[in-house]
Amino acid sequence: MRTSLRMRALASVAAAALLLSGCSAGAGGDGGGDNGGDSSGPVDLNYWAWAPNLDKVVDIWNTKNPDIHVTVNKQDGGDPAITKLLTAIKAGSGAPDMIQAEYQKIPTLVASDALADLSAVGANDIKDKFPDAVWNSVTLGGDAVYSIPQDTGPMMAYYREDILKANNLTVPTTWDEYAETARALHKADPKVYLGTFSANDAGWFTGLSQQAGASWWSIDGDAWGVDIDAEATNKVADYWGGLVEEGVIDNKPMYTPAWNKGLNDGTQAGWVSSVWAPGVLSGNAADTAGKWIAAPLPQWDASNPSDGNWGGSSTGVTTQSKHPKQAMEFITWLNTDPEAIQALIDTSGIYPAATEAAAGALTEPPAFFSNQPDFYDVAAKVAQTVAPFTYGPNVNVAYSAYNDEFAKAAQAKKKSAFLDAVGAMQEITTADLKKSGFTVK
Amino acid sequence: MTSMATPLRTAGGIRRGDRSKRERVSVASTTILLLGALYCLFPVFWVLTASTKDGSELFSTFTLAPSTHLWDNIVQLTQYRDGLFWRWMLNTALYAGLGALVSTYVSALSGYVLAKFTFPGKSTVFKVLLMGVLVPGVILAIPQYFLMAQVGLTNTYWAVFLPQIISPYGIYLARIYTAASVPTDVIEAARTEGAGEMHIFSRIAMPMMLPGLVTIFLFQFVAVWNNFMLPYIMLGDDNLFPITVGLNGLLNQGATAPALYTLVITGALLSVIPLIVLFLLLQRFWRVDLAAGAVKA
Repeated sequence: MRTSLRMRALASVAAAALLLSGCSAGAGGDGGGDNGGDSSGPVDLNYWAWAPNLDKVVDIWNTKNPDIHVTVNKQDGGDPAITKLLTAIKAGSGAPDMIQAEYQKIPTLVASDALADLSAVGANDIKDKFPDAVWNSVTLGGDAVYSIPQDTGPMMAYYREDILKANNLTVPTTWDEYAETARALHKADPKVYLGTFSANDAGWFTGLSQQAGASWWSIDGDAWGVDIDAEATNKVADYWGGLVEEGVIDNKPMYTPAWNKGLNDGTQAGWVSSVWAPGVLSGNAADTAGKWIAAPLPQWDASNPSDGNWGGSSTGVTTQSKHPKQAMEFITWLNTDPEAIQALIDTSGIYPAATEAAAGALTEPPAFFSNQPDFYDVAAKVAQTVAPFTYGPNVNVAYSAYNDEFAKAAQAKKKSAFLDAVGAMQEITTADLKKSGFTVK
Repeated sequence: MTSMATPLRTAGGIRRGDRSKRERVSVASTTILLLGALYCLFPVFWVLTASTKDGSELFSTFTLAPSTHLWDNIVQLTQYRDGLFWRWMLNTALYAGLGALVSTYVSALSGYVLAKFTFPGKSTVFKVLLMGVLVPGVILAIPQYFLMAQVGLTNTYWAVFLPQIISPYGIYLARIYTAASVPTDVIEAARTEGAGEMHIFSRIAMPMMLPGLVTIFLFQFVAVWNNFMLPYIMLGDDNLFPITVGLNGLLNQGATAPALYTLVITGALLSVIPLIVLFLLLQRFWRVDLAAGAVKA
């Protein structure tokens, strides 16, 4: 039953997309062009991606497969690439054959008719290589396959082990313990914080809400629901708002020069982050190598562990590609072949979504965590507990609402402002869905 | 400027009182100018010291204390993705340098025609041109993308090069300069001698307009250099990026990768050097031009 409901909802998404893009369809809407895909002779495929050194991984493919040559065009992070892709889709030409798409972007791309359905070119054959929850996020629960999972970002917590030890503190396992540890640490040295609440990183807050049991969008019949202002999200906002109001957790955003300085000088003694954190830490605070310890996120209910996702992406084929079959062949290799997986881990530093193929390759901890041989055991354990979450077609609107509203709340340092911000996100996101022509319940 | 002003004043005969008064004023204005210079040069000084620090020093040592890693940073920047940085520099030289050169020629030709020929619709063309001056380039980036997509030229050198060749402001300036510096009598004399129109333009009018053309070139060079939106939207392949879009990309690697601060700072330092050289070299023409205008007025 559930599946058919979802499909109807998706049909309405697609219909809305047709309405939206109707004016530009005449220019070059030759669609998937799957008929042209069987032509013999070498083909050139263009691939927009931002994972570091991905071109080196693709070189391995190119030397082995002279008939399907793939060129990587490196992009800036996730958002600009998607914006560019949507512009190219509207214009009717200029899109690449393949795109690296974060999971939360897939509903948006599907609504704009940007991603080709890969089930027609055999995507379901590799379904078993990926965990069900991850596969679900590239099919959106329907029969079509819009993208192939590449990596995931189960959230983890990182602490400066030396600083905790010096203060006779241990790694917290519950959020209550995390708050206690933050208080003790800040009391011992008012300059030191166990972490920061970042009003710049909507994906981070989404992951924390996901862990608490939130799912911000839902599909019911042919209607979308927005459930941001729900108990789970409010619990997370209330918790962090309380810590910020108390002053024991910093209120500065992450990824700023000031935050980098904190990581280097130890005034940021912890980071609630994700499995890919070693790459960021080694780039931003190279001198602190070996001083950190990775742990599962603190839990709300220790007897029932849960986790959220921050980051992670998939490889999709655009509707403007003339060679979806060859693209699928390459994507299958890139995301499931043991040699490719090994190269993705070694040179791109990602945490592959194809868990079984990755297990054999993830034996050594990242160099930055050489002090913690079981790093990837911790990661594998928490990856099992990632809670289900549904993304909607206007994630970008919800995320920018987060940035605007929580920036004010973090500045105000008031718990009530954090809860107001959740309410505002709900309102803005719902209003935008209605305005874009979706049925909203 | 001073060398021109002084003889004039001496010829007029300045009394002692005037001179001392003038010096007092110049102390105040010199102070203001020095403060202005400090305001402008301090960030440059910051870039200079910051580019000598390595990744961890950048966020931990005193802001203005220089370190010893400038060369390491340059080497690192050069090694980044097999020398991509220098490719960006070359691209910028191509877009801004060659682009401004071609644009200057087109502007000169159009401005010359508008100033020296009469043809039906001339004033309409000029009015439309004036309206074009009022439209900022940023607004045009998206429509230009759609136009380029129609002819399948997005994500190529042409996508950034072609739209910036036509500069309404450049044409407007060229028209003014032509009117001021190329006497109609000279053109008519050349015609009587039997010279072709293109010949008159390139051999007689262009050299007379030269100082003005240098100004147009510099304006256009800076405009292309500063136009971030156009290449940002048009290009997907980072081998085609100009330096501005490339450096911006190094800072926005997404949440899962560290921002490459030291590389960006070193890159910024290296990228302003050609600009400084260009301005120092062309300054002579610029000055002659200002003086020429002053005398005529």
